[in-house]
Amino acid sequence: MLSELPLLSLAIWFPILGGVAVLFVGDDNPGRAKALTLTVAILTFLFSIPLFTLFDSTTATMQFEELLPWIPAFSVNYHLGVDGFSMPLILLTAFMTVVVVIAGWEVIQYRIAQYMAAFLIMAGLMIGVFAALDAMLFYVFFEAMLIPMFLIIGIWGGPRRVYATIKFFLYTFLGSVFMLIALIYMYSQSNSFEILDFHRLPLSLHEQVLIFFAFLLGFAVKVPMWPVHTWLPDAHVEAPTGGSVILAAITLKIGGYGFLRFALPITPDAANLLDWLVITMSLVAVVYISLVALIQQDMKKLIAYSSIAHMGFVTLGFFIVFGIYRHTGSLSGATLGIEGGMVQMVSHGFISGALFLCVGVLYDRMHSRQIKDYGGVVNTMPVFAMFMVLFGMANAGLPGTSGFIGEFMVILSSFRANFWLAFLAATTLMLGAAYTLWLIKRVIFGDIGNSQVAALEDVSTREIVMLGLLAAAVLLLGVWPDPLTSVMHASVENLLQHITATKL
Amino acid sequence: MNFVAPDFMPVLPELFVLTMTCLVLVVDVFLEQRQRHITYGLAQLTLLGAALLTLVTYAHAPVTTMFGHYVKDAMGDLLKLFIYLSSAAVFLYSRDYLRRRNLFKGEYYVLGLFGVLGMMVMVSAHSLLSVYLGLELLSLSLYALVVVDRDSPVASEAAMKYFVLGSLASGMLLYGISMIYGATGSVDLQLVADAAGKQGVDNLVLVFGLVFLVVGLSFKLGAVPFHMWLPDVYQGAPTSVTLFIGSAPKLAAFALIMRVLVEGLGSLQGDWQQMLVILAVLSIATGNLIAIAQTNIKRMLAYSTISHIGFMLLGILAGTPDGYAAAMFYTIVYVLMAVGAFGVIILLSRTGFEAENIDDFKGLNDRHPWLAFVMMMIMMSMAGVPFLAGFYAKWMVLQAAVNVGLVWLAIFGVVFSVIGAFYYLRVVKCIYFDKSEQSELIEISLDTEIIISVNGLLLVVIGLYPTALMTWCSVALLN
Repeated sequence: MLSELPLLSLAIWFPILGGVAVLFVGDDNPGRAKALTLTVAILTFLFSIPLFTLFDSTTATMQFEELLPWIPAFSVNYHLGVDGFSMPLILLTAFMTVVVVIAGWEVIQYRIAQYMAAFLIMAGLMIGVFAALDAMLFYVFFEAMLIPMFLIIGIWGGPRRVYATIKFFLYTFLGSVFMLIALIYMYSQSNSFEILDFHRLPLSLHEQVLIFFAFLLGFAVKVPMWPVHTWLPDAHVEAPTGGSVILAAITLKIGGYGFLRFALPITPDAANLLDWLVITMSLVAVVYISLVALIQQDMKKLIAYSSIAHMGFVTLGFFIVFGIYRHTGSLSGATLGIEGGMVQMVSHGFISGALFLCVGVLYDRMHSRQIKDYGGVVNTMPVFAMFMVLFGMANAGLPGTSGFIGEFMVILSSFRANFWLAFLAATTLMLGAAYTLWLIKRVIFGDIGNSQVAALEDVSTREIVMLGLLAAAVLLLGVWPDPLTSVMHASVENLLQHITATKL
Repeated sequence: MNFVAPDFMPVLPELFVLTMTCLVLVVDVFLEQRQRHITYGLAQLTLLGAALLTLVTYAHAPVTTMFGHYVKDAMGDLLKLFIYLSSAAVFLYSRDYLRRRNLFKGEYYVLGLFGVLGMMVMVSAHSLLSVYLGLELLSLSLYALVVVDRDSPVASEAAMKYFVLGSLASGMLLYGISMIYGATGSVDLQLVADAAGKQGVDNLVLVFGLVFLVVGLSFKLGAVPFHMWLPDVYQGAPTSVTLFIGSAPKLAAFALIMRVLVEGLGSLQGDWQQMLVILAVLSIATGNLIAIAQTNIKRMLAYSTISHIGFMLLGILAGTPDGYAAAMFYTIVYVLMAVGAFGVIILLSRTGFEAENIDDFKGLNDRHPWLAFVMMMIMMSMAGVPFLAGFYAKWMVLQAAVNVGLVWLAIFGVVFSVIGAFYYLRVVKCIYFDKSEQSELIEISLDTEIIISVNGLLLVVIGLYPTALMTWCSVALLN
């Protein structure tokens, strides 16, 4: 019975309509607005759980499909469905939305209903991005996300929020409009906007290269990859805690997902030809951005740069497959790369979200994000210190946490392609540990830095709940990643078969 | 020689509007100022009646009458319906504004209705002569409307500029028409099309006439480099008149291009396509770039209009039925957005306060959250962000351009639409991110609030389900 419900539509439209309802409750009833938001967020998460339990992990075909004509004049369909790539990300989105709602509970005072509604609408749109199987539907969700995020950063953000949010909007918008042209071009070739039809569409190498660059521009901005990453530190620093969490945990993943869904399968030959470019960009992100993270004075900025470095691993894992295939002639190691990238995405969603929440917890008490204003927090906030150290360790890739799994898989697979690539990628274990542990050392440990730190109060029950949820997820995925990797296995195999068969 | 009376049935809406306008003119003379709302009511009634008549006689196949000077077809009827609709919204939004400024006079409505009649003639014109007649009827009404507040020096200057440049454009248009008449021997668009098709593109006089015609049309449209009047008029005219100029006449201008260039001179498409490419490129670039520097929101929207005209031309120059449908969709959606945007501006103005600057929008979210939301929707729609109607409009014209191989033009268009997004975002920034400098309450009467809400929500509804309007447009252009 459950499988007959339009689960995906429910997961998309329920939070959006819920958000509209919250808007109507209005800012005059903050209590009721918050309660309604939490209910909607939890229900959305519950609606998304059957996607996991009823998921058939033996097949790579799309599941929970819904197909309705939407704009027949251009054969655009309201076509939803999930496979092993998108289903975990939908769950992640629904889960993080609950966390974010809890995080904003007492912190946001100004226009609380609008704040909560923005996050609910955002959640629906992000789930839509992951569930869309029609390129135009995907694009519509992809772009529509900009509006709530623009408002979230701009209204509830820090002092330089206007600069940061306009930069965020224009960067992303510029990246994606080229993708729109590419999609329109492919429609003019195939008379269909179905992503799966695009996968089969024969394209010459010249066309593929141009389309690949259009996708690269759109998704690289979103990931973000060096050198188009500069919007991220600004946006993260200025965004309210909840905004940073959603940005880091979900919207960055949309870039990675885009590579898997569009760039790799639609333009496999171009990706094969240009994999060195993406790998170079990824390694620059891993090494150079890690060094940049090392010198940051602002906690949020440090975590933002660490996000870029970690996302470098994701793109490295996705594009290393061509190298492995060329080097060994077999696909066995390549699976590890893509699965590693996917695990890294999910794990980074938990860890970076948790770290931003930790910074938010400190910021709410001290109203400073500067590392030098802290020191010895463990003395006054022992429970909080435990959480922050755990997430710090996970960020550094400590075995037993989810951070280790993804990085390890990607490094392992890059060894099969090229030793030096793997060597450079592995430096992250060192650099990541360096900047994270140094941050922890300066903020958490040592003597009490000043009188303000001495007056700190430890985390409240609400904060323990939100951090505890994430801690559980990080540890669970760290010791038992199998549920995640097994659902995506068939899809990964299918993708590899597809991208190693030339389209020319 | 026998005089055969033409068939008057197809022009019933026009006759109705003409009669009613004259009636409004006469009735208004006998009204006192406090009874002026009767004039307003009659004007709205005229539009309603015309809409009903048009709906009842909706043309499924084209009918020509008046000895070939006039045609009633689906494209014309659909455009007319949107002309009535947007004009009715214009009258409603400006009612309180005019009243507070002692401009609540019958002239505004009479001139407005004559403008509507002019647009109807333009939309249904089937000869170069009736095209010109309609255009002049509209233009003369607009010249006078700009200066409806006759004590305002800014408005007088704007009207003067509009009149001089507009007359120049009319001259160009007439010159072009006379050349085409010389080359083809007729003003009837059907006969012009036949003759032009036979003579081919080698006829120098014909091509010469086409150049003048395009120049004249560009003046009226406000396409770069013939746009200089547009920002001054938009800024100088009272907002209620800017609202009118910025909305329905764009529909008529679209019809004008369709009638003259596509129906009449379709065989010269190779020639006018190149001209329109230049106009479109310049309009998109200039409009978007200069709008960034504006602080006056009416002037900013004027430059935004110029860039939207450029996008609309993208659809037409593709020269395919899809392209024409895209351009028509674009124009209709644009008019909805423009009416809404100027409508919000007008609603922010109070007695003794003219909302003109982008800064006047600061903190609107604190003063009137719903109006703020509507304005944000309109701005985002103009920027072309999805789930709003403006996105589909841009998408359709881009698709039309890509389909005929003009990929570079589409890329050019999207790059400038990103640049253009900046100034729309700036308005949203003022509304949501800044604190208000004023505390006066915004007074909006109930009917206006309902209509502005419908106007804003319509953009969302079309955004969620664009199929209906798209189908109407393509069906209307098919026959």
